[in-house]
Amino acid sequence: MKILVLISQVPDTTARIAFTNDNTAYDAGGVQFIVNPYDEWYALVRGLELKEAQGGTLTTVTVGGADTEATIRKALAIGADEAVRIDAQPNDSYEVAVQVAAYAKDKGFDLILAGKETIDHNGSQVGPMVAELLDLPFISLASKLDIAGTTATAERDVKGELEIVEAALPLVVSCAKGMAEQRIPNMRGIMAARTKPLQVVPAVPVDRLSATVRFELPPPKQAVKMIPADEAGKLIELLHTEAKVI
Amino acid sequence: MSVIVFADTRGEKVAKAALETLTYGRKVAAGSGSTVTLVTFGDVPADRLAALGADKVVVARAASDADSQQLTRLVADVAQQENAQVIVFAHDATGKAVAPRVAARLKAGHVAGAITLPDTSSGFRVKRNVFSGKAQAWVDVTSPVKVISVLPNSIPVEAGSGSATVADYTGDLGAARVTVKGTRKEGEGIPLPEAEIVVSAGRGMKGPENWGLVEELARELHAATACSRPVADMHWRPHHEHVGQTGVAIRPNCYIAIGISGAIQHLAGVNGSKVIAVINKDPEAPFFKAADYGIVGDAFEVLPKLIEAAKKLNAER
Repeated sequence: MKILVLISQVPDTTARIAFTNDNTAYDAGGVQFIVNPYDEWYALVRGLELKEAQGGTLTTVTVGGADTEATIRKALAIGADEAVRIDAQPNDSYEVAVQVAAYAKDKGFDLILAGKETIDHNGSQVGPMVAELLDLPFISLASKLDIAGTTATAERDVKGELEIVEAALPLVVSCAKGMAEQRIPNMRGIMAARTKPLQVVPAVPVDRLSATVRFELPPPKQAVKMIPADEAGKLIELLHTEAKVI
Repeated sequence: MSVIVFADTRGEKVAKAALETLTYGRKVAAGSGSTVTLVTFGDVPADRLAALGADKVVVARAASDADSQQLTRLVADVAQQENAQVIVFAHDATGKAVAPRVAARLKAGHVAGAITLPDTSSGFRVKRNVFSGKAQAWVDVTSPVKVISVLPNSIPVEAGSGSATVADYTGDLGAARVTVKGTRKEGEGIPLPEAEIVVSAGRGMKGPENWGLVEELARELHAATACSRPVADMHWRPHHEHVGQTGVAIRPNCYIAIGISGAIQHLAGVNGSKVIAVINKDPEAPFFKAADYGIVGDAFEVLPKLIEAAKKLNAER
């Protein structure tokens, strides 16, 4: 089985969120970048489990500049066989998806896995856009994925229900919590990652459809109103009469 | 010229996310002198669809919501027939699968998780949530067709009315390539992403056997239950209840957090809530800084008082 996992680089989950250049760009100063948790913990690890059980290869693909290579090596250290970096600075998810689809188009991948969203842009867009551009079926928000022969079975948490769906390969799946457990790379993996192939491919031309022009931070919260513990019931009263939310 | 609204109108009553999407679509149309065409699917009575406030309704009776390709063909086809400029979705499970596909198919710029109506004073600019609600971004869409996915609980529902023409979709959607084999109900109660009130608890509850108090408070408040990441990771509660940066992001009117310290990753999933109440025995818990109301106290002493007060409130109204 040939598996492709989409890997995005994001600021660490504890990173301070601040903007620069008149609030037009994320301030990356002093920020540690990581593999997007949904891409790493769920898509990559489940991809590795399937590869280990059934044989095949696992390739990662990332759209970005040379500054993403440390993050890409982390995915290799966790166990990917090879990595591809498409050398582009995308303005939106469509531009990412066009690059990924152009690369994947004639490579014969059986399974394309993506995290359900990135923790910085939260768009949930790249997976389904890649599926559309490659005319493939798409299973979104999968919390479990199994492959038997050329049939994929997945579970999805939707609307308070667990839905069990089936589709034939080739297929794109977006991965959510529950699909796999995080793997910590060991020393052997980290050493091996240094010599695994990381191919840089040039970007294809793409039309610009949208772009982020300005960031804002939400307004600061009002000071918290404290209620003594022995009068805890007063909270319900205040939520009803003052905040008017219950 | 028209605005297309795609909404899932099935169920006992039309879901709030669908009504929000319709409200959003009507406002966009009113601002640009357009009509609203509701595109929907499934076995929904025509009289219900006619009264939702759209000018026109197209319903694909046989489409499956598990197959994003069928729904994509449906929406893209109607959008092209209607010469649509704007296509509105909910940023929910179905919308997240279909809207990006429609955008890629039509080469339309896509704003995912929109929290404002478009500002068309110079171009077409929409604000969306980014960094899991820790910031917001203005996005310019420059393509002729625009796709907008509206973040749930971002705009108040305005009830629609009217008697739109309802037409069955007669085009070819192709065979479904993703099929539903079954569903399993996950617990009782209100689905978390749609809940107006959420009662959430963390490690401060000491063990899964103590969740009865949390569930009882939720029942009295007509709230959904949620939990923090450690609680889901220890399997005290199911994964779908985990709210936070790597779980579900929610923005209810009222979020009550019990025994959750409020790590930055948890706050990222709930900071869109209108009002946050925090109960924690540690006065230094970071969550108090993000809260509107706080109680420093032991969950097992505070919860019974809250339940009692909620019962009293219910008896009075």
